[in-house]
Amino acid sequence: MTRKSRRLWLVCACVLGLGAAAGLTLNAFSSNIVFFMAPSQVRAHPPGADRTIRLGGMVVAGSVTRTHEGETPIAQFDVTDGQAAVRVRYAGILPDLFREGQSVVAVGTVGPNGAFTASEVLAKHDETYMPKEVAEALRASGKWDPKYGKAPDAASWDTMTVKDARHDLAAARGPKDGQAE
Amino acid sequence: MSLMLTEKMGGPELGNFALALACCLAGAQAILPLIGAQRRDARLMALAPALAVGQLVALAASFLCLVGAAVSDDFSVQNVADNSAVAKPLLYKITGVWGNHEGSVLLWALILGLCGAAVAAFGRNLPSALRARVIAVLGGVSAGFQLFCLLTSNPFQRIWPAPMDGQGMNPLLQDPGLAFHPPILYTGYVGFAVPFAFAIAALIEGRVDAAWGRWVRPWAVAAWCFLTCGIALGSWWSYYVLGWGGYWFWDPVENASLIPWLTGTALVHSAIVVEKREALKIWTVLLAIGTFSFSLSGTFLVRSGILNSVHAFANDPARGIFILALLALVIGGSLALFAVRAPMLTAGGLFAPVSREGLLVLNNILLCSICAVVVTGTMYPPFMSLLFGKTISVGKPFFDATAAPLAIPLFAFMAIGPMAPWKRAALWPVLRRLWWAAIASLIAFAVATFSMSGVLPVLATGFAVWVIAASITDITDRIGLFRLSPAQSLSRARFLPRAAFGAALAHAGAGISVLGLAAMSQAQHRIVEVQTGTTEHLAGYDWTLRDVHDEPGPNYQAIVATIDVRRHGHLVTTLRPSKRDFASQHQTTTEVSIHTNLMSDLYGVLGDRHGSGAAATYVLRLHYNPLAPWMWLGALVMAIGGALSLSDRRVRVGAPRRARTTVAEAA
Repeated sequence: MTRKSRRLWLVCACVLGLGAAAGLTLNAFSSNIVFFMAPSQVRAHPPGADRTIRLGGMVVAGSVTRTHEGETPIAQFDVTDGQAAVRVRYAGILPDLFREGQSVVAVGTVGPNGAFTASEVLAKHDETYMPKEVAEALRASGKWDPKYGKAPDAASWDTMTVKDARHDLAAARGPKDGQAE
Repeated sequence: MSLMLTEKMGGPELGNFALALACCLAGAQAILPLIGAQRRDARLMALAPALAVGQLVALAASFLCLVGAAVSDDFSVQNVADNSAVAKPLLYKITGVWGNHEGSVLLWALILGLCGAAVAAFGRNLPSALRARVIAVLGGVSAGFQLFCLLTSNPFQRIWPAPMDGQGMNPLLQDPGLAFHPPILYTGYVGFAVPFAFAIAALIEGRVDAAWGRWVRPWAVAAWCFLTCGIALGSWWSYYVLGWGGYWFWDPVENASLIPWLTGTALVHSAIVVEKREALKIWTVLLAIGTFSFSLSGTFLVRSGILNSVHAFANDPARGIFILALLALVIGGSLALFAVRAPMLTAGGLFAPVSREGLLVLNNILLCSICAVVVTGTMYPPFMSLLFGKTISVGKPFFDATAAPLAIPLFAFMAIGPMAPWKRAALWPVLRRLWWAAIASLIAFAVATFSMSGVLPVLATGFAVWVIAASITDITDRIGLFRLSPAQSLSRARFLPRAAFGAALAHAGAGISVLGLAAMSQAQHRIVEVQTGTTEHLAGYDWTLRDVHDEPGPNYQAIVATIDVRRHGHLVTTLRPSKRDFASQHQTTTEVSIHTNLMSDLYGVLGDRHGSGAAATYVLRLHYNPLAPWMWLGALVMAIGGALSLSDRRVRVGAPRRARTTVAEAA
């Protein structure tokens, strides 16, 4: 075994290993990337029903309803970025830090009727902390800009968003549903 | 009394002074021994250990002052006021010191100081120039981070007026598991500073030989053991505290600890080749630099808020710039030195592709490929948001699809490695010795195929059994069990190096962990909303919600559920999950109740209460987690294996005399 042929072996093995890693990564990137979307984006460009997304925004105050199917608890609530609201349906236990009027991230898919079915609902460890992506979405929607100080607190979000969000929700659902609301 | 204690210790100002003193000593430690080693000035070189010990003493004093301030509720210290409160239990007043950014940086510096002093204490047999340079490099890194601590995150900052009570700690962090997780994890991270310093010292000297491999390996193994335990402890914490039944979330912070673990594991293996065969020298030096660089970036990129994660308790860009500059200096500087000096290192012994060395190279390639995948998955989202403003996330499906297929061949070859001869081997004789391991793993494949769903868990089970069985074969073969008389076997076992036992144990531990992971993929759970008295069926058990009642706690109000779990009518256990409401922090925490028999965990979580009185319903989350404890048990076995090989006489930190003379001659 000469030095040269050993080096050839090593290079081959390295190329094979890293090549496999690169191949697997690219393959996984094409199908396993999860995009973050704000409710208004979901309304404007609904993703395919097989595409998992992260939906983030504020939970509209007064929108949470709890029912159950058989023994499975179902929670439903609206998530808004101040421009549009999306109804989220979740079968399971909502996290401890889930609050109306506070930020939330829901992981799941958008159904053909525009409703969002969550497989996971995340509320952050700290009630004063807002997920970066939610803050960014709120800034983009013009509801709050970090340039003008701290994020408004939960209470003011309630009064600030409920009306707009309800309005958008009614518009999105069509006149009949809207009146029923 | 506690006030007197701080009076005696001098309080935060003394702590601040001690920290500044430590920083000055570290600066001197970085420069003087280096000059001494260059000029072969014995007096300057002899300063190194003294300075390292002095720095440690100053740091320890500084750390004690901070602990003293926290214990005595000195709320004029900003850090204590922000993170502590009078009502907090004493244990958490102490452990809370490192539960925040400033304190954790100080702990980090303290452990680094400890590493420097450890090299000074245990490295007496090292050539004096090498020892001086190693301690100097550690001093340089120390100085940088102590400066960071002093300038941007000083834990001794005062506030005026001092509040009457502190703001208290996040109730989630009030947990014994989390109290000891950071020190162990940090010891793992920081421990890799020693191999790094050895690598830099070797590059400055321009020489790496077998002796260098023998000296550097114990430090790498020790750091690796701590990192393994730290990761396992963190994973266990999230399993029993967060209440989701999950144990690993592929969160950026978790990945930040996994990445140096992967390269550290590669380093521990490649250093064997340097020690035994004087090959892979340049690569090992690069791995030592890389592992510490990943440790540094892992701990500090997270703290600077570049990676968005639930763990980050400091999102302060001002610190970020300091950290980035420091990282650029340490990592960039060491890589530049590597680029200039590495070509001077001569290539070592030759070996065939199929040989112990060849298999260790394969181990390194696969571990580094996994590492590359994890780095890509962790760094891609922040880069996408930085460059294109797109917010994306990469989660479990991505890592399952990329890391797992690379780990399978790693395990396949892991069994063969320790049995293959050095230099040149034939695959067939090795495989023939593993015949019963092969049969065991085929049986495991067969059983798994019928009882498990999914291709990956089946493959993982088979290869995990393959590795465990091969580790047992390795040891029984070496001591000639069943081949020789029991007395002969025993005496062989006594003379077998402990490192051999250590390696077999560590490999078996990895197998045990993977078995646990594979079985956990088959975990079952149900979420139900029921009234008291209802019985649910899950995984062959009957779970009855017997009662729910209120229970007052010291600083919270709890509701506690009583769930009887029966199997075939016999009571197995009674689970008491609860929910605690911390009124002062407006926070609720979930207390999981877990019953384990080491083969499976019964895991109960109490959710919301709806309605009231007799008609009230409760949301319950019930989990059946097969082999869950094996995941952490395997990690513990791995760490014990590492510790066992550390206790081997041949790799004792104080290196053997013979090696010293050969180096002296070479010099």
